[in-house]
Formats: sequence, C-alpha cells, structure tokens
Amino acid sequence: MPRITINRDKCKGCLLCVSACPQGLIVVEEGFNLRGVKPVKFKSGGKCAGCALCALMCPDCCIEVYK
Amino acid sequence: MDRIYSHPQSLRDVPTHYCPGCGHGLAHRLIAEAVDELSLREQVIAVAPVGCAVIAYDYWDFDCSEAAHGRALAVATGIKRVRPQNIVFTYQGDGDLAAIGTNETIHAANRGENLTVFFINNAVYGMTGGQMAPTTLLNQKTSTTPEGRNAQFQGYPLKISEMLALLPGVKYIERVSLGSAQDITKTKKAIKKAFTNQIEGVGFSLVEMLSPCPTYWGLSPCESLDWIKNIMAKEFPLGVIK
Amino acid sequence: MPKILMSGNDAIAEGALRAGCSFYAGYPITPQNELTAYMANNMQKRGGVFIQAEAEVAAINMVFGASAAGARSMTSSSSPGISLKQEGISYIAGAELPAVIVNIMRGGPGLGNIAPSQSDYFQATRSGGHGDYHCIVLAPASVQEGYDLTCLAFNLADKYRAPAIILGDGMLGQMMEPLELKNQSPKPKAKPWALTGCAGRKANVVKSFYLKEGDLEKLNLKLQKKYKEITAKEQRWEELFLDDARVVLVAYGSMARIARAAVKTLRGKGRRVGLVRPISLWPFPKKAFTRPKNKYLVVEMSYGQMLEDVQLALCGKAKVEFLGRSGGGVPSEEEIILKINKIYNG
Repeated sequence: MPRITINRDKCKGCLLCVSACPQGLIVVEEGFNLRGVKPVKFKSGGKCAGCALCALMCPDCCIEVYK
Repeated sequence: MDRIYSHPQSLRDVPTHYCPGCGHGLAHRLIAEAVDELSLREQVIAVAPVGCAVIAYDYWDFDCSEAAHGRALAVATGIKRVRPQNIVFTYQGDGDLAAIGTNETIHAANRGENLTVFFINNAVYGMTGGQMAPTTLLNQKTSTTPEGRNAQFQGYPLKISEMLALLPGVKYIERVSLGSAQDITKTKKAIKKAFTNQIEGVGFSLVEMLSPCPTYWGLSPCESLDWIKNIMAKEFPLGVIK
Repeated sequence: MPKILMSGNDAIAEGALRAGCSFYAGYPITPQNELTAYMANNMQKRGGVFIQAEAEVAAINMVFGASAAGARSMTSSSSPGISLKQEGISYIAGAELPAVIVNIMRGGPGLGNIAPSQSDYFQATRSGGHGDYHCIVLAPASVQEGYDLTCLAFNLADKYRAPAIILGDGMLGQMMEPLELKNQSPKPKAKPWALTGCAGRKANVVKSFYLKEGDLEKLNLKLQKKYKEITAKEQRWEELFLDDARVVLVAYGSMARIARAAVKTLRGKGRRVGLVRPISLWPFPKKAFTRPKNKYLVVEMSYGQMLEDVQLALCGKAKVEFLGRSGGGVPSEEEIILKINKIYNG
C-alpha cells in the first residue's frame, strides 16, 4: 500500500496538503511541534493511491511519498 | 517500495523562514527540481533578490550571488557575459523586478541577454510589511493603500510581462500560477523550458509565477490559492505571452 | 621604449586592458567619455566584454556580477555618475569583491559643470556609500601615471578583495602627453570564492547580507583588520626637496603639477620650499608628514577636503594653510607663489 511520511517539525501547518488529498488521509495533529504549530499527520489504514498531490502542494518540502 | 517524491538535491534540507503557505517555498523547490532534472547543479549560478527571497542562497545548494534591490539582472548580465558556459538565472519579486529594478529588467530583456528570469508576483511587498507593489490589484488593501488601491492616485497594476513581450530581444514569456496542483505542474514545465532556452542559446526567457502571500493578503493559505484562481488570474491571465 | 601621444582617459583604459581587465561597463558622461569609447574600440578585440549600460547604477552592478564571477572588472564615470554608483560600491565592499572604479572628477555639487575639480575627495576617501568601508584610492598626476596606477589598482583590488578607485579630474582625463606603454605586471590572485558553478566543491555565495546576531559585526571586524593592513602597507606619495624645506606644499593629481611648477620657480629664487604629493589618497600617506617644524600649504581644486587629512596627519603640531578654488577655478602658479611668500615671510 502506498504511503507518505511527513517531517513533523518542518511542517508549518498551512494545510495545503490536507485539501489536496483526494482521500482525506491527512489530518491535523492535536499536539504542537517544535515550531509551535499543530502539524499534520498521515492517517494510516486509508486508501492512499500514492498520487503525490500532497507533496506537490507542500511549500516546505515536508512530505515524501512511497509507492 | 520506491520513494516517488522526495527532496531535490539542489534544495538544502533546512526549514525556510517563509510564512505558512507562502509561494516562495514552492517556487524554490520547483526550480531546484528543474535544475536537478536537467543536471545543471554544477553549472548554475543564481542571483537572489532583495525581498522575502533575499536569503534564497541559504536554501539552494548551488552557486549564488546577492544583488542590490532591483539590480539582479545587471548582476546576472555581468556574470553571464564573463561566464557564458554557466546557466545564470535571477529570482525576483514584483517590487524588485517591476518597480525599483524596472530599468535593469527592460534593458537586460532588450539586449536579449541569454538569461532565465523567475518573477514571483504576489502583488505585495512581503519583506517590509505588505506595502503596495506595482502589481497590487485595484481595490486591494495593503499597508500603504489602506482603502484599497485607487487608480486615480496609485495607478494600475503593472503588467510587465506583457510590456516585455513587445521587445524583440525577448524570446519566451509565460505567466503561470502556484494556485493549484495542476498549475504547479505547468509551472515546473515552464521553468524547465526557460532553462532549456538558455542552454540552447535561444535568449531572454521569463516565467512569471502568481504566488500566494497569505500573511499580507489576510487570507488562509487555502483561501489564498482560491484568490489567485478567482481574482488575481483575472487581472493577470495565465498562459504563454510570447 | 618609444613613446606615444595619448590622453589621460585613453591611458587609463589601455592600462586596464594591459592589467588583464576583461569586463567593462560604463555610461556616457563628460569628461570621461574617451575612456568608454576606448574600451568600446578595444575590449572586444582583446577577448573581453564591453557593455554600454542603461544607467550608472546598472554599470556598477554589472561590474559586481562580472567580478563575482572572477573577472577583472572596471567601470568609469564622472562625479554625478559616481554618486549614483555609491550603492553598488558599498555592496562590492561588503561582498569583498575586487573592482576598479574610475572617477574623472568634474565640478559640483549637483550637475555642476564639466570643468576639472577635486571636490569628490571626501566621497572617495570616506566611503561614499552606506556602511563602514573604504575604497583604495589612487590619484594619478600624469598620463603615464594614469596608465601605471590603473594596473596597480587592479593588483591591490585583487590582493585585498576591495574596490579601488582611480581619482582623476577633467584636466588629467583630457590632456595628452607622451606615454611609455611599459610592460605591466598584472598579478591576478586565484579566486576560489568566485561563482563558477559548484563542480567539485561546495556551493559559493557572494553576499553582504548578515542577519544572524553577531555575523555582521564579524564581517565588519574582518574589514577593519584588512583596512588596517592596507593603511600600514599601501601608503604612497612623492616628495620633493623636503630635506631643507621650510614650507611644504601638499597637492595631488593635476593640482600637484601646478604646485610642482610653483616649487621649482620658488627654488630658483632661493626659497626653501618642498612638495608632498599624495599618490594614495586612501590610505592617506600619513608617513609623509613627519616634519612638524615645517609650515604646510595644502592646495586643492576644492574648498578644503584633503586639508582635513593633512591636519589629522600633523595632529595640530604644524601650521597648515590652505588655498583652494572649485567650480571651475584652478589655483594658478602665481596665486600659489603669492601665498607661499606670505607664509614664508610670516
């Protein structure tokens, strides 16, 4: 199953990836990262197609996609 | 399992100083990807502007020069003329390229310098606190147009790409957007074309990118992308201008 | 070696070409236009790059780029144009780039006139633009020296990674004199910092911007150390009859030629008069002012700019008089003699 990794401490919480994911598999974390923002996380167990739209939209190069 | 999307080699793995949702991070990454894919990293020399992207050289992992505000294309002219074997590009904002540096921009274009220009149009001066830029839209509120830009007093948004397209020395101008995944893919293609033109000696090539500035537009990052699509791209139509 | 007749502007250009200058950008302004035209005629033939820039500001920033890419680079202008270039010169100093800037001075302030003048001395020696920096400033007094000092300017600029100014005036630029095209000895330094593409090494950055706390102070301290070294090693001057002189004339550039004539005339009449002619204006040749028992007369085509450096060099230990005109007026030999006689007798 394709998956993504998110660099939690580089994430600025802009949420562009959240709206980019056609499966709604990226959600906001409850806690804060080192930058003091609520980063996003990958909801495992969903049907990630490895489309990489999230990585394409991320302005901070936080996302890697594996397929 | 293969890694199909990752950090380009030409982009250092460091956090940037840009605000959440800022288009500069996207533009930096797309340029770095194009440099890697065209195997240009050891050949390229970038000229960074004064503006939010002033420390772009902290993010790109290839040779870079600074330039005084607006002077990037004069500096790039000096570099390219003495080292024609290198690939030289400037990265400039709207204030840098289309206000304080208009003279350098027009004349480098008119000389037909074999250079590549990446023009980030976000309709404000970001670095200094969101003042009116030459490209600020009519009625757009900025810290120096608190009632919105009024043509009677502040003139109109400057379409420098269309102006430059009139010059015979200019070979390629395209306006693209960082407002959606589809547009970002097109932007990458335009960046590669602008580099390829220089490699092939075609001449002056410029890619204007409509880029989000959520902080000084007073919008969320997602709303900013909608604003580019629904409002900004109406004033600055996308597509190949020349 | 046979001599050829050349103008000061042409001699500076030829000196630059023989010093290995391979990039020139300039903008038309009188009285330095012959220099630009000479470069237009010769630079490309010798494998270099000539650009007539759209503006003085563009020209100096093209020089910034060419120098950042490792080329020996030069621009020239005259007073109002040099004012426009100050931003670029400050960046060149901050980024520690070598470059040569020629100022063939004319009258000011403002648009002034095109007569010879020396009223840009403060601008050249005090930094001119923003920030704590210095340019090396060399002041030729003959066509031959214009040729010779230009090569030296390139060597010093490379050696210290600093901008160097040739400070001439309209008289020197326009006058023609026999010139010996001596073999130059360009000593270009290796430039591992230059932007050439990062093949086989880490990426290079040319910049003057330091945001992190303490970094800019570090750069400034480094610059100050360099300026101290330049001040210790690079003072240059010519002196005449100092051994027995009671009154010492101090003048540079074209003005020094008239001062020299006055000294010779007075010597013929038995007056014990000498001359100090600063060749480097920054660093100012303080070492030439070691005789506080003398009386000094500073003569300038300005209302007293180098005068301050002479006073500083003598620390109030000697009497310093001044004779100056500006705006087109040039102190004549007769005026100088009259003044000297007064000092001599008083």
